[in-house]
Amino acid sequence: MNFRTTLATAALAAVGALVLSACVPNDSTDAAKIAVSAKDNACVVATATAPAGVITFTVTNDGSKVTEFELMAEDGLRIISELENLGPGITRDLVVRVPQGSYFATCKPGMVGDGVSTAFAVTASESTVAPNADREAQLATASDQYILYVKDQVQTLVAKTAEFVAAYKAGDYDTARGLYADARVHWERIEPVAESFGDLDPKTDAREADVAEGEPWTGWHAIEKDLWPPAEGSGFTDAQRVALADGLTANIGTLSDEVNAGDFTLNASQIGNGAQGLLDEVAASKVTGEEETWSHTDLWDFQANIEGASVAFGVLRDVVNESNPDLVKTLDTRFADLNALLAKYGSIDEGFVLYTTLTPEQVRELSNAVDALSEPLSQLTAAAVS
Amino acid sequence: MSKPSEQPREESPEAPNGPSRRAVLGVAGAVAGAAALGGVGGFAVGRASAENLTLNSYSFRGAHQSGIVTAQQDRLHFAAFDVTSNSRDDLIALLQQWTVAAETLMAGGELGGGAVGGAYQAPPDDTGEALGLPASGLTITFGFGPTLFTAADGTDRFGLASKRPAQLIDLPHFGGDMLDPAFTGGDLCIQACADDPQVAVHAIRNLSRIAFGTAAIRWAQLGFGRTSSTTKAQVTPRNLLGFKDGTRNLHAEDSGDISHFVWADAGDGQSWMAGGSYLVARRIQIRAEIWDRTSLKGQEDSIGRTKGSGAPLSGGNEFTEPDFAREGANGSPLIPTDSHVALSHPDANKGQRMLRRGYNFTDGSDSLGRLDAGLFFLAYVRDPRTQFVPIQNRLSSHDALTLEYLQTTGSALFAVPGGIAAGEYVGEALFA
Repeated sequence: MNFRTTLATAALAAVGALVLSACVPNDSTDAAKIAVSAKDNACVVATATAPAGVITFTVTNDGSKVTEFELMAEDGLRIISELENLGPGITRDLVVRVPQGSYFATCKPGMVGDGVSTAFAVTASESTVAPNADREAQLATASDQYILYVKDQVQTLVAKTAEFVAAYKAGDYDTARGLYADARVHWERIEPVAESFGDLDPKTDAREADVAEGEPWTGWHAIEKDLWPPAEGSGFTDAQRVALADGLTANIGTLSDEVNAGDFTLNASQIGNGAQGLLDEVAASKVTGEEETWSHTDLWDFQANIEGASVAFGVLRDVVNESNPDLVKTLDTRFADLNALLAKYGSIDEGFVLYTTLTPEQVRELSNAVDALSEPLSQLTAAAVS
Repeated sequence: MSKPSEQPREESPEAPNGPSRRAVLGVAGAVAGAAALGGVGGFAVGRASAENLTLNSYSFRGAHQSGIVTAQQDRLHFAAFDVTSNSRDDLIALLQQWTVAAETLMAGGELGGGAVGGAYQAPPDDTGEALGLPASGLTITFGFGPTLFTAADGTDRFGLASKRPAQLIDLPHFGGDMLDPAFTGGDLCIQACADDPQVAVHAIRNLSRIAFGTAAIRWAQLGFGRTSSTTKAQVTPRNLLGFKDGTRNLHAEDSGDISHFVWADAGDGQSWMAGGSYLVARRIQIRAEIWDRTSLKGQEDSIGRTKGSGAPLSGGNEFTEPDFAREGANGSPLIPTDSHVALSHPDANKGQRMLRRGYNFTDGSDSLGRLDAGLFFLAYVRDPRTQFVPIQNRLSSHDALTLEYLQTTGSALFAVPGGIAAGEYVGEALFA
């Protein structure tokens, strides 16, 4: 007997409205979920019509093959939204904002071919949903803007890393220490992008404790330890120093090649999830002061992560403002609050205080502000794409 | 909007409602009062089988908040919060959201779109660890700390200073207190009690998630076993000293005493507190290793009762009234005058009593390998100034047990507003 079932009652609709102010709005049009049975030879949708607004399809794969469910435009070609990789027996929800119009609900057993389609009509309602064409154009613009930002940051990163590496290789440690945090800012702003390219991120940004015994430790933080060594020294030989420096240059070069490749693209989901990933970085290692163990320049990374997330939010802003204006308002406030708090400790241009100078109370205050931003930010992707 | 006084619930033992969460939601609290009078059902044998206990659910709404005279559950997750926003509107919105969420959680439901029912690209609204678990007798009780009304620096952040009850004092320093700021104070508190610890933890976790941006947990305490009985049907449990605790506790059935000692009245000074109470929370560490090296005679003399049956040392059984005048062969009282019973008995405290609702806790061991454990003391009183403070002052200066074996490391006082009527949010009268 399953006691803890979702209760689709009026009472819980009220819960949604109150508790989930940062979610897809629970207007009256999404009260019911539409069951879809995806069979090997049929796509059975419980109802053939629904009012415009947020529609939730609860899709169950009742067939024997891995399947896909798509809501297609009237032309049968354009995909409004889709669920992929649904194994036999699995049930999953597709939440999608749909304007009035004629559509096809399509199941694709085996995930190839045209699949089996059934007509689905969306009727007029009080809910205002932008026409899909506008929304797609907005998302495309968001993607273009963010890719430009990434390329710009990587370009600066390449230049500043070269400067930093040159000073380090020349043995000018004072200069290298002065360049370290500022160069890393451009990495930290777009770190989730770097994470998408295989092991580029661990090779470039692993902390000593991240590396298993016997595995090589490379990247920023190895050089950081050498620049701010513990009393017993960093233990690197000159040959290792050259390898660290050249390795960092090579890996940043690879990042640059990847983001400038012709097939490099980022969709709204990746941008939204990247913003959340940046805040997760802050919560996991910056706010604890664990990122910059030797230099204690965590606040530069902290600010850069927030700025990167803010840019990602900024490019998705127009889209989200239509689906969830309250979320936009909340995020505006929370970003401003956190930035104001960080400004008490410096800026990227002027430099920050070292993380070790913060009191436990100040760290707690920063942590609270990060939580306050992260929780609504975790709704960004869904608000942008559904 | 109906007022709390129009609700049918009495301060009688809150018996569990039926086993089905759906049914509970269906009645929406309307018949909760009638059900509450129906008997104590599954709680009749105290720590009964899990099947009996865990199917229970209580109504969130009523004349008083749940989790006070409710038959005390076995598990606790308690959390104190700092309000991180300075906005009165944010605070009200949080209390509204907590009200809706608490009612859902107590009915055993999932929050918002559920643990798996929302958009695939969004994090689920409910964290999900209570999926498949029944309501487990969950109660969620909210309180307001002194600093909500007047911040530590004296500012009136939310325009509530004039509403601060005289009873909601800044607790004085008691002799022997070694308070850790990490376990002291708080603007808000939530007491989540259940028969399944996972259900209590799920409640605090999700309520604190809702609070991000408005309030943040300041400190929290888990309790793994009750140290009091709040109904006569419950067996007296033992604390980590190994003694029965709460033998003479106030019980829900003593409705006259409950009204007199527990429930605030509109005439007590602040009308918004009508039907509410004041919650004293104290994290009392036991020096377990030292206590364990104490002779049985030494232990019983410290408490004033036998360790086995819990009878007073003056004789009889657990529920026999202690006879503080009865002397032994050497002419000294059988119940030592510095024993816990002698000092805390109502006869020694102008007849004052408290509704205790404490829990055994352990947070593992300290760096020296000593048990980090004790009693998380929770007590509901109508006026801490005349009930808790004088008794604690006596104990902290004379009580052999307190002086030698106990150390209080955390302390807080909260005003627990009255029950929540249909359509209301918790503490609504405070913001009227």
